[in-house]
Parts: sequence; C-alpha cells; structure tokens
Amino acid sequence: MTARLKNRLWLILAAAGIVFIIVGVMRGEAQIVFTKAVNICLECIGIG
Amino acid sequence: MVNVFTWLGRHIRLAVQFAFTLLTNGYMAGFTKGTIYTGATKFACVPGLNCYSCPGALASCPIGALQAVLGNRDYKFTFYISGFLLLVGALLGKLVCGWLCPFGLVQDLIHKIPFVKKIRRLPGDRWLRWLKYGILVGFVILLPLFAVDVIGQGQPWFCEFICPSGTLFAGLPLVGANADLQQTAGGLFAWKVGLLIGLVFLSIAVYRPFCRYVCPLGAVYGLFNKVSLYRLEIDHDKCTRCGACRKACKLDISVFEQPNSAECIRCGACKKACPNGAIRSTFERWTKERKRQDGRV
Repeated sequence: MTARLKNRLWLILAAAGIVFIIVGVMRGEAQIVFTKAVNICLECIGIG
Repeated sequence: MVNVFTWLGRHIRLAVQFAFTLLTNGYMAGFTKGTIYTGATKFACVPGLNCYSCPGALASCPIGALQAVLGNRDYKFTFYISGFLLLVGALLGKLVCGWLCPFGLVQDLIHKIPFVKKIRRLPGDRWLRWLKYGILVGFVILLPLFAVDVIGQGQPWFCEFICPSGTLFAGLPLVGANADLQQTAGGLFAWKVGLLIGLVFLSIAVYRPFCRYVCPLGAVYGLFNKVSLYRLEIDHDKCTRCGACRKACKLDISVFEQPNSAECIRCGACKKACPNGAIRSTFERWTKERKRQDGRV
C-alpha cells in the first residue's frame, strides 16, 4: 500500500461509514436499536 | 487551582475516561429507581462497550446493537452498526479503548491495586489474543444470525453469556435496586457475576485482560489501527531501538517495530517513555506542521 493511499484510507472508510449509517437508518435499523435500548435487556443483565 | 490543572495535565487520559463515562452515563435517576433511560439519544451508539441497560446509559452499546439487528428476523446485515464501526474505527481506531471505554477505565483502576507480582502476559498470550476474534465471529455475528427461535429471532449471545461490562454496569445495579428482578435472577446471573469476579481478580495482576483476550469491540477497532486518522509514527532518524517503549507498554507491544499494532490502545505510555522523542501521533505531527506554517506567515 502506498503511503499516500494509507494516509487517505481513513477518509474513504469514514465516508463509507456515513453512507452505511444513512442506509441503515433508511432501512429502519435505528428503530430496532432504539426499541432494544429503551427496554431492559434481560439477557444483558443475566436474567435470560 | 493550579494544582488541579497540573494533576489533570499529568493524568489527562484518566480525566477523559472519567469525564466520558459520566457524560454518557448521566441518567442518575436510573440508579436510584432501578430503571433505564428511554430518551431519543438511545437511537445512537457510544463508541465504547457501554451496556444500554445500564441505569445511567444515555445511548446504546455498539456490540449490543449489532446483535439486536442481526438477531432480528428481518435483517441479515446491519448497515447502521457496520457504518458506525467503520466511521469510529476510521477516525480513532483503538484509541476508543484507551480513552473512551467505561470498562477499560474500570480495568485500569483495578490494575492500580498493588499485587505481589504483576504479570506482563498470560501463558499462551500469543494464541489467547485470537480469542476475541473468535468471540466476535461466533458470539456476536454467527450465533445471533443463525441460532434462531421458531419465529426467526436470534439472541444476543455475547451479552447473555459473556459480557462482564453488562453485568457490572447493568446487571448488578438493576438487580440490586429492583425487587422483581431479584426474584428472577438465577443460574445465568450467578454465572455472569462469577465471570466478572474472575475478571476483576485477573485485572489486578494482568493489565486489561478483557480487552486483550475477550472484547469483540476492541477486536473490530484494532483492525483499523494501521489506517485510522489517529496513528502513531516512528521517527527512524531519532529511534535507537533501545526498547524503552516496549518496556513501558503494559500490553507488551514492541512499539518501535509495530507502532500501529492491532493490540495498541493508544495509552501514550510509549511516547512518554521514549528518551529520544521518536514516537509521535499523526495529530501531533499535524499540529506541529500547522504551527510551522503559521510561523512562516
């Protein structure tokens, strides 16, 4: 990997990350996360 | 007041760790009432491992959220959480673990407890370090995706059977403050508390055993260390390969050879230890370059 590409790769990955987040929100994934997060997760606290 | 600033300057990482933990877990009413926060900020994730069922948590845990979406029968891939991990990883890499993770802070504090002999690495350390990748693939991705019930819903396997952060920040405070939950706590709760206790004792002797061997979030961020915006650089003209950086590194990384190792949590101990000032971050280089340019103007 050239030094120039290595120095810029973070920018490509970050941009891809932002696009992915937008796509995820549009697919309704954020709502799934929210619904899970506002109810006590019994599995997470060890109740099962 | 001057002493406070002097102390903060010397312990800047600890101060940031405390501040970020308090900032992202600021719903104090949750701890007294035995409930959790239900506001809109829970749509978003925090960068570190921070259970969304912690009474104080104001946002979601990326690993819990990843399992929640993958375990949903309507999704086989999550753009939302993959994108979040890509974004944070690309900007900070594993700096998150060293500076912004509440469970990392807990392990740091526990390791300050004096012990007859601090252990630099566990036997089989080289192989044990691969365990976190196995946990990431098995417990966080494959099991929630494919071990589903009759209606196609998967479980958060990592949260349910492993995560000691969830036990510490969510399980113990909620079960302690909620009588209904106390009645339902059984074998699984005992297993998770046992894991947590084992990890606490191990953390006294070994620096950050959970981060080294178990944490799937650190496993993801570590993959970005070589290409993230924040990286470490070695000035080979100044470096004498004396090994002072390796000696100072509590994770036993040979920094002068691998400044961007996937294990490095960016604690900065190597930079302080280098007698020749040969280690610097990309942020420090840019600051220096900007100052030089301003000087010319």
